[in-house]
Amino acid sequence: MVGISSYGGYVPRYRLNKMIIFGAMGWLNPALIMNARGEKAVCNFDEDSLTMAVAAGINCLKGFDRQSLDAVYFASTTAPYKERQNSGIVAGALCARDDIRSADFGGSLKAGTSALLSAIEFVSAGSGSNAIVCAGDSRLGKMGSVQEMFFGDAGAAMLVSDTDVIAEYKGSYSVTHDFVDHMRGAWSKFDRQWEERWIRDFGYAQFIPQAIEGLCNKYGVAPGDFAKVVYPCYYGGARKSIGAKLGIEPEKVQDDMVTTVGDSGATHALLMLAKALEEVNPGDKILLVSYGNGCDAIYFEVTDNITKLQDRARVSKSLARRAELDNYQKYLVWRDMAPADTGLRGEEDFVTRWSLEWRAHKAILGLEGTVCRKCGTQQWPPQRICVNPDCGAIDEMDRVYIADKGGTIFTFTSDLLAASINPPAIYGNVNFNGGGRTLMDFTDCTLEDLAVGKPVEFSFRIKYYDPKRDITFYFWKAVPVMEEVS
Amino acid sequence: MAEGIKDKVVILGMGCTKFGERFEADSSDLLVEAFKECLEDAQIEKKDIQAAWLGSHIDEVNIGKGGTYVSSVLHLPMIPVTRCENFCASGTESFRGAVYAVASGACDIALAMGVEKLKDTGYGGLPNSPAFGQLMVMIGPNATAPGMFAQLATGYSARTGIPMEKIKEAMTHVSWKSHQNGAKNPKAHLRKAISKEQIAGAPMIAYPLGLFDCCGVSDGAAMAIVTTPEIFRKIKPNEEMVKVKALQIAVSSGEEAGYTKWDGSYVATTRLASQRAYQEAGIKDPRKEISMMEVHDCFSITELVTMEDLHISPEGGAVDDVLNGFFDLDGGVPCQVDGGLKCFGHPIGASGLRMIYEMYNQLLRRWPEDRLVKNAELGLTHNLGGVPTNNVCSVAILGL
Repeated sequence: MVGISSYGGYVPRYRLNKMIIFGAMGWLNPALIMNARGEKAVCNFDEDSLTMAVAAGINCLKGFDRQSLDAVYFASTTAPYKERQNSGIVAGALCARDDIRSADFGGSLKAGTSALLSAIEFVSAGSGSNAIVCAGDSRLGKMGSVQEMFFGDAGAAMLVSDTDVIAEYKGSYSVTHDFVDHMRGAWSKFDRQWEERWIRDFGYAQFIPQAIEGLCNKYGVAPGDFAKVVYPCYYGGARKSIGAKLGIEPEKVQDDMVTTVGDSGATHALLMLAKALEEVNPGDKILLVSYGNGCDAIYFEVTDNITKLQDRARVSKSLARRAELDNYQKYLVWRDMAPADTGLRGEEDFVTRWSLEWRAHKAILGLEGTVCRKCGTQQWPPQRICVNPDCGAIDEMDRVYIADKGGTIFTFTSDLLAASINPPAIYGNVNFNGGGRTLMDFTDCTLEDLAVGKPVEFSFRIKYYDPKRDITFYFWKAVPVMEEVS
Repeated sequence: MAEGIKDKVVILGMGCTKFGERFEADSSDLLVEAFKECLEDAQIEKKDIQAAWLGSHIDEVNIGKGGTYVSSVLHLPMIPVTRCENFCASGTESFRGAVYAVASGACDIALAMGVEKLKDTGYGGLPNSPAFGQLMVMIGPNATAPGMFAQLATGYSARTGIPMEKIKEAMTHVSWKSHQNGAKNPKAHLRKAISKEQIAGAPMIAYPLGLFDCCGVSDGAAMAIVTTPEIFRKIKPNEEMVKVKALQIAVSSGEEAGYTKWDGSYVATTRLASQRAYQEAGIKDPRKEISMMEVHDCFSITELVTMEDLHISPEGGAVDDVLNGFFDLDGGVPCQVDGGLKCFGHPIGASGLRMIYEMYNQLLRRWPEDRLVKNAELGLTHNLGGVPTNNVCSVAILGL
């Protein structure tokens, strides 16, 4: 049996109330008020599509042996690199083996489901037993645009396996149309869209039913047979009428999270699916439909294994972990939509040395350290001579993956002198659980959240962006573990 | 065990520029200014110098690498000139080079120099510098010196259980005292006495360090000419000699930064370097025997924990000692009598020699009454370069 064996979701901590956007930009486009419902998720200054995909991947792989991954796929329309495989970075951060399949999917908002289908076919063909799809998107609309109102940032992940399947893959049906409702040229930063009524009536309202009907005809099922029908459609009225037209009861249509997350692009269908998987029961049929230059419709049936899965409220938990971004200008600066002065200190330049990065890439991407065979001391960065002064063994090290071990705060500060687009720079020394210590950045927190001895977990983030060379460089940061939110 | 450096080498002369925002002066001007004073004080000629060392740290805005720049500026007569760099201990390192050269008998008269030109950066604080390898440049936090040293306060508070408010009160006294002393010193960078309220209420730089918890970033140069006691007596038969009693350096082993034994509340190298220095100088009870100190008060919290690390204050006792005025100019062991890094200023490579310059002039009772330490016999200088988790510490003891 092939299907989904685990899922993960990631909604970034910051939420921007749409009335704040309207308050800042309503003067330019008063009609924006019609879109100013709820809030959108905004990734932090050190996050992007790739880091959110990794976060969702980590969430998805909780308790799963990463060494048994055979393929890592990344889906996004806002991938940081055109050349340098993004899924290779994701695979490194997830600590997958080197002998795996990897691929990037993009170009359309259905890239997430294209990747999922590829993973399903990879496992179905017997090419491997476990393939993970990690999706992340952080699309930008111009200031005062409708897209700025309805785009939101998120990550989602699906693990496809040939055993322990929680939702069996039953079949799929796809349609492809070069229907240019939205587009972004290869060098464009901002989304451009055609008239909304046309998108609504000729896009969503046509293609989604076409895909659903196609799938139902192909497999001899009716839309009403599904316990969950998952399809994105930003236009609330059209969403309802699509369901009604197909005879789907309204409560079976999965909530699209447009007022809590926003439309998360290539991620969105998978994010909605992850949310749906929180709520399903054994035997439930799920119909997933993506939308973007056509549709992929995918049919799953939930198995008894769903009851064995731990911590199922994964998207909900991430949604509940939130902080208000009460400042529109900050959003602009974080997304590099307005130049901000970080002082002369912020102008200093240095070169990313790729040969050095390659030598240390396991330590950088996977937060891999060493553990001494003689005395058992864990240490990071990897050492050749044991740091334990009572040991000092030379070249007696085994590698150890530290990223999922967590740690505790040793010392900390909040630095206003350091150049940052999100001052103060909060950093400190962290003791890794299991041994070893390093200096690292903290993120998704304020000074008040920190205390010596407090537990932290590690999050894969943008370490820096070099605008001169268009390099996004990633490393791990410490996030204080907050009180559980219910 | 080696017998050490005690009493083998003496200071023949010293020079030190005014420290500060010397926008009018190039590194070469600073070097010439200090050299002139040093040579006059030593009562020798340039040709008598047989070897020279120069401490400088920040390449980016200073003189670059090697010994060529300083040799060409001072037109030294093609003698060995070595630039040395060891963070904020660079000046003391150059002094160590010159002292060891004389002690070994390899030369009779040697010159130790330090210079730093920081105010060509265009901003406050020190430039970022790849001090821990290129890997850390790529993945380490965009950390600054105040941010790194501020963490001593969180560590110190966690260990001693002393609340941060009380620590901050002692830190405020540390800076207040240095401003009192610096105000009297014509060569100091910051010459204004300020109130404790001003210090405590200053804007935050890196929690819990406010603006006045941080030392000045300055331009400046300082120098010493050293020789043997025998040669000193020939040149200056009727003058008192300031002798080197101890010179120690300790460098982090990577244990503080990467192993989990160190508790983050003190500086391990300072504890070791000072112990070794006391042993070398034959000092049994430093709290009683040391007359005065110039320590590395890059930040007020550094000075506070240093009082314990130098074994002057008992463990956990620095806060009380500071608040009781033990380190004030009229206290038990006056500290930062020239204003310290806080007010005299901190041109990295010159600072170690500037501290020795202060001890030297105090010991020779050359200063006016209002800033003279009474009955001074032994002076200690201390530099701490790098960051609390990974650093270079130097301790020098000078005496009559």
